[in-house]
Amino acid sequence: MNAINRNEQQALSRAILEIDVNNHPGVMSHVVGLFSRRARNVEGILCLPVGDGRQSRIWLLVNDDLRLPQMIRQVEKLEDVTAVRRHPPEHAVFSNLEAFFRA
Amino acid sequence: MTETLTGAQITVRLLERQGITTVAGIPGGAILPIYDALGQSTTIHHVLARHEQGAGFMAQGMARASGRPAVCLASSGPGATNLLTAIADAKLDSIPLVAITGQVPKAMIGTDAFQEVDTYGLSIPITKHNFLVSSVEELLEVIPAAFRIAASGRPGPVLVDIPKDVQSQAIEVSEWPEPGSAAPVAAANIAAISEAAAMINSAERPLLYLGGGVVHSGAADLAVTLAEKANLPTVMTLMALGAMPVDHPLSLGMLGMHGARATNLALDECDLLIAIGARFDDRATGKVAQFCRNARIIHIDIDRAELDKIKTAHIGITADVSEALGQLLPQVAASPRETWRDRIGELQQQFPVVVDGGDDPLSHFGLIRTVAACLDDSAIIATDVGQHQMWVAQYYPLRRARQWLTSGGLGTMGFGVPAAIGAALAEPGRTVVCFTGDGSILMNIQELVTAAEENVNVKIVLMNNATLGLVHQQQTLFYGERLFASQFKAMPDFVAVARGFGIQAVDLDRAANPCAALLDAIARPGPCLIHVSIDAEQKVYPMVPPGAANHEMIGH
Repeated sequence: MNAINRNEQQALSRAILEIDVNNHPGVMSHVVGLFSRRARNVEGILCLPVGDGRQSRIWLLVNDDLRLPQMIRQVEKLEDVTAVRRHPPEHAVFSNLEAFFRA
Repeated sequence: MTETLTGAQITVRLLERQGITTVAGIPGGAILPIYDALGQSTTIHHVLARHEQGAGFMAQGMARASGRPAVCLASSGPGATNLLTAIADAKLDSIPLVAITGQVPKAMIGTDAFQEVDTYGLSIPITKHNFLVSSVEELLEVIPAAFRIAASGRPGPVLVDIPKDVQSQAIEVSEWPEPGSAAPVAAANIAAISEAAAMINSAERPLLYLGGGVVHSGAADLAVTLAEKANLPTVMTLMALGAMPVDHPLSLGMLGMHGARATNLALDECDLLIAIGARFDDRATGKVAQFCRNARIIHIDIDRAELDKIKTAHIGITADVSEALGQLLPQVAASPRETWRDRIGELQQQFPVVVDGGDDPLSHFGLIRTVAACLDDSAIIATDVGQHQMWVAQYYPLRRARQWLTSGGLGTMGFGVPAAIGAALAEPGRTVVCFTGDGSILMNIQELVTAAEENVNVKIVLMNNATLGLVHQQQTLFYGERLFASQFKAMPDFVAVARGFGIQAVDLDRAANPCAALLDAIARPGPCLIHVSIDAEQKVYPMVPPGAANHEMIGH
C-alpha cells in the first residue's frame, strides 16, 4: 500500500510526532491504525517505556501535509493517549538512528 | 462487606450498579460464565436475540430512545464478528453502546482455538475505545470506564472482550467503584462565543444547521429558542430530525441529497451558516466546495476533530452544544429578519414540495401520512435503510428529539426491526413504528420472533416494491436504465412469514378499507406487521446526483 517512489518520498515534507501513551498491549495498534486506515504511511516508529513503565512514548515520523493537523486531533482523542507534541523533521530522535538503517 | 465473586459475577454486578435493566445478546461457550451469573440477576432482563447483529441493534434502539448507554452481549468468534456491523453503525452515529464479548481463555489466545478471533483487533477502527481484559481485578476498572467513555463527550461504542478464565476466576471484593458516567466537558471559549454572537447579529441571511449532536446533548429546546429569538431559518441533518418540529415556521426540514429544493437553495444563498453538533457529512453537503459558498461558518461541536475537518470554520468552538447554546442565547439579539425570511418564503413558493399519490394509503406518501395520522408525537419512528427511509425523513411530521431512530452514517439495512424492538423495550409506554422495505427487512427478519417473544409494541410497516429501491433508482437515473440485481424475482409471502414467526400481520393490499385496517393494526397492542405494496417506479425526489452540488437537484 501507499506505493510512492523514492523521488516522491524525498519531495514530501516530514513531521515528527511525540506521543505519550499508557503502556499496554494494543496502544500501538490504536495509534498507527489511525494513519493506515486513512491510507497514510508511517515512515518511522520508535517506542520505549518511560519512568516506571506505566507510560510509553511513541515517536512517529510522518508525512506532513494539510491533513496532518486533523490526524493529530484524531490521535489526541484516543483514550490511551495523554499528550501529542509536534516537532520539525530535523529533530534528532530519528537522525541519530541512521547508522542502524543503512541498506 | 467482603464477598468472593467470580469475574462473571463482578461483571453482572457492575452492570446492575450502572442501572442497566435490559440487555440483549446470545450466549455461547466463551461467555457462559457471564450468562450463568446473568441468570441469577433479579434486576437485569436478558433479551435473547436470534442473531448477534440483532442484539447489537436492539441495544442501539435502547440507547437511541433513552440517550443512555445500552448493553449487548455475544460470545467469541462468530458471535463477536456478527456484532461488528451494529458497533460500526453506533460509531458513525455516535451512539453510546457497551458491547461485552466472551473470549477464549487467555492461555489459548493466539492458538487459533475454537471460536477464537481477534475481537480486540477487529473492533479497534469501529469503536470509540476497546478493552481486552487480562485479569479479574481489571474488571472493576474497565466496566465503569467503558460506560464513562461511551457516554462522555461525543458518545460512541465501547467493546469489552473478556477471556473465559477471567470470567471464571474468583477474587474478594470489598469495595465497589462508582458507576461510570459522562465526564464533564471543558467550557466553551467565552471570547469565541461572543464573537459568534456578534457574527450572528450582523448577518443578513443566517441559517442554523442542526446535527445529531443537538439530540445527543439534549439541546433541541435551546436550539429552537435560539432560532426563534434571532429568527434563524433552520435546517436539520438526517440525524437531527425532530430537534425542531418540522411544521415550525422556521423549519426548512432536512438538507442535502434528498432535502427540499427550497432548503438547499436557501443554503446556497445564506451568508452565515451556524453548524451545531453537525459534521458536514457528504450526504448533507453535496459537493463540498459549492456548499454554502457565500457563507461564513460558525461551527460548534463537542468533538474538536470535527472542526475544520470538511469545511474550515471562521469561528470553531469545542463545547457541549447545550452549554454553548446557553451562553450564546443572551448575547444574540432578537431580530425580525424580514427580508431574509421573505426570501425563503419566496423560494418555498417557487419550489414547493411535490408529493405523488396524495392521501392514498397505498401510495408511499399517503401511507406515511396515514400512519402519522394514527399516532401522536409520543410515538417513536424507526426506519430501515433505503427509499422508504428517505420518504419517511421527508414526509413524516417529526416533532420531538429522540422520536426518530435511523441508521444515518453507516446506512445499515437491517437496522430497523431490532432497533425498534430495543426502543420498545426501553420505552414500553410508547408505540414504536418501524418503516421498512422488502430488501431491508430480510436482513434481520429473524428478530420478528424476538418481537413475538418479548411482545413489544412494535408496528412494522413494510413498504414492498419488490426491489432494492435506491439501487433501482440509481441504475435507472445514472446507469442507463440497466437494471441489474435490483429487482427480486422471488418474493416471500411476508404476511405468512410474520404469522409464522408468531406476530400478527395485515395486508393492506387486500383490505376492504386500508385506512381502517391500518388504524386497527396500530391501535392493537403487541407486535404487528403491516404489508403494503408500493410502486417500484417511484423515486426519492428531489435528489442531488452523486458528486453534484446541492443546488443542482434533479426531479420535482
